[in-house]
Amino acid sequence: MGIRILKGGMYTTVQDLGRTGYQSQGFPVAGVMDVRSFKIANLLLDNPENEAVLEFTLIGPTLEFTSATIVAITGGDFQPEVNGEPAPMYTALYMNKGDILKFKSARTGSRGYIAFSSYLDIPVVMGSRCTNTKSGIGGFKGRKLQAGDYINFRIKRRYLPFFLSRKLELDEFDQEEAEIRVIMGPQDDMFSRQGIETFLNSEYTVTSDFDRMGCRLEGPFIAQKETSDIISDGTVFGSVQVPSHGKPIILLADRQTTGGYAKIATVASVDIPKVVQRKTDHKIRFRAITVEEAQELYLKEVQELDGMRRIIHQPCKEVLECRLVAKRLRKLFE
Amino acid sequence: MQKIRILTAGDSSLLIEFGKEICPETNRKISATVQLMREQHIEGVVDVIPAFCSLLINYDPRVISYKEIRKRMQALLKVDAKAGEQRKRVFEIPVCYGGEYGPDIANIAEHAGLSEEEVIQIHSSRDYLIYMLGFLPGFTYLGGLDERIHTPRLANPRLKINAGSVGIAGSQTGIYPLDSPGGWQLMGMTPVKTYDPNREVPILVEAGDYIRFVPVDEAEFKRIKEAVDRGEYQCVVHEGEV
Repeated sequence: MGIRILKGGMYTTVQDLGRTGYQSQGFPVAGVMDVRSFKIANLLLDNPENEAVLEFTLIGPTLEFTSATIVAITGGDFQPEVNGEPAPMYTALYMNKGDILKFKSARTGSRGYIAFSSYLDIPVVMGSRCTNTKSGIGGFKGRKLQAGDYINFRIKRRYLPFFLSRKLELDEFDQEEAEIRVIMGPQDDMFSRQGIETFLNSEYTVTSDFDRMGCRLEGPFIAQKETSDIISDGTVFGSVQVPSHGKPIILLADRQTTGGYAKIATVASVDIPKVVQRKTDHKIRFRAITVEEAQELYLKEVQELDGMRRIIHQPCKEVLECRLVAKRLRKLFE
Repeated sequence: MQKIRILTAGDSSLLIEFGKEICPETNRKISATVQLMREQHIEGVVDVIPAFCSLLINYDPRVISYKEIRKRMQALLKVDAKAGEQRKRVFEIPVCYGGEYGPDIANIAEHAGLSEEEVIQIHSSRDYLIYMLGFLPGFTYLGGLDERIHTPRLANPRLKINAGSVGIAGSQTGIYPLDSPGGWQLMGMTPVKTYDPNREVPILVEAGDYIRFVPVDEAEFKRIKEAVDRGEYQCVVHEGEV
């Protein structure tokens, strides 16, 4: 009653929204990198918002289903196949017992997600099922998945109403250049005016130093007034820190809980998925917006997701037409 | 005391900067603010992360806007947080110093020009303020190590330091909460688990608390360790005024 991992892929872990509430004790928050894709995967299946999923990176896993369930695949395009046939993404997908779901390398984006209607049977550690490999806790034995691992399902759930309506438009991740909106601060006053101008008007390139902890960028030197060293303070998802070498590092899900370098800006929540779906050599440009604008964008996305939830709970056109025909026919016979 | 600044850290966090120097006074003010926030419970605050001189506040913009939380924090920071400042918790941490438990104690003694006994006496004779936790789960940044026993890190870091190891690195002393590589000079070991993911409270201490190292011999170390393994050991905690 679950899934067997036939191939682990490059870096496949169990994730949810993260282990909040323990950062002050030194625990990385961890959790999914692309929160939007994660939320869409769960909402396609009417799962609770924070239900655990598998997150995979650059090369996806191969899974065998030992019982029937419904899944939803979102995020970058890892060219999923069920028993060798291409399988759709951003849709509720019925899996039979014995089916093999295979992902290839990421054609677009760099992180993929799969949610399960039967929920993964992963113990909750400090309020979360997410994996943090650095501290070795949470998820499947505190580590990434590998061939031979077996994860049970928690429940039997093989029916969802409006099944045919559970289709959404795909998010696109194929742009090689992205504008990333940021809110300046908290320590932008440690950079010279020229340094800020460089940061906001230059193109930065994603290096291969890009993992769940952070994304190092290459590009023009960002000048500090004196130093970039600060007395360590708390970090957030999307902090853009600039050490003395003058190149930005965006801190991500597995970031260290505190950091000792000045943070010139913070990525707007709605643009973090764009950052984490980049690939090495992709380009990034930063644009400053106000915190009010960023919050407005965030609330708009919440509404957008609510809209998606409504769409997948309406009878689809095909079903509606049949019903209409049936109604008319009934009149003829009455 | 410097002026407190409320800084923006993205669309879901504020960073309150209490000063730019590490000192007990600033730290007390931060601990008091954390306590005050707990008491007042601002709807929408998700997490509060104290550091040496600052407090990071994560909030949910669906529940509370930037403007509103800023206003609430401004009001809260004006409150004279005297009540919070008086509470002091001191955790006794039993340590078996030297021998196989503290392989570097001879280094520390030699560097300080003292005997091992004197090093132990100095290390265990004062309470250390926990400025913050970070780096590893439950790793405590302690202030106030006696200058006489400051010791540089090992030139060649160990690949594995066992959980419970007590060591010195420069002007810092601390306890390793879990097995980890590191360059600290190891002077002893505690049988107490400062971090246990399976315990209801995984981390024993929090920022603003104090730690007191209490020397124990090997027999006592083993007795406590057995109690810890049975889940029956309770740390001695002194509560009182600062």
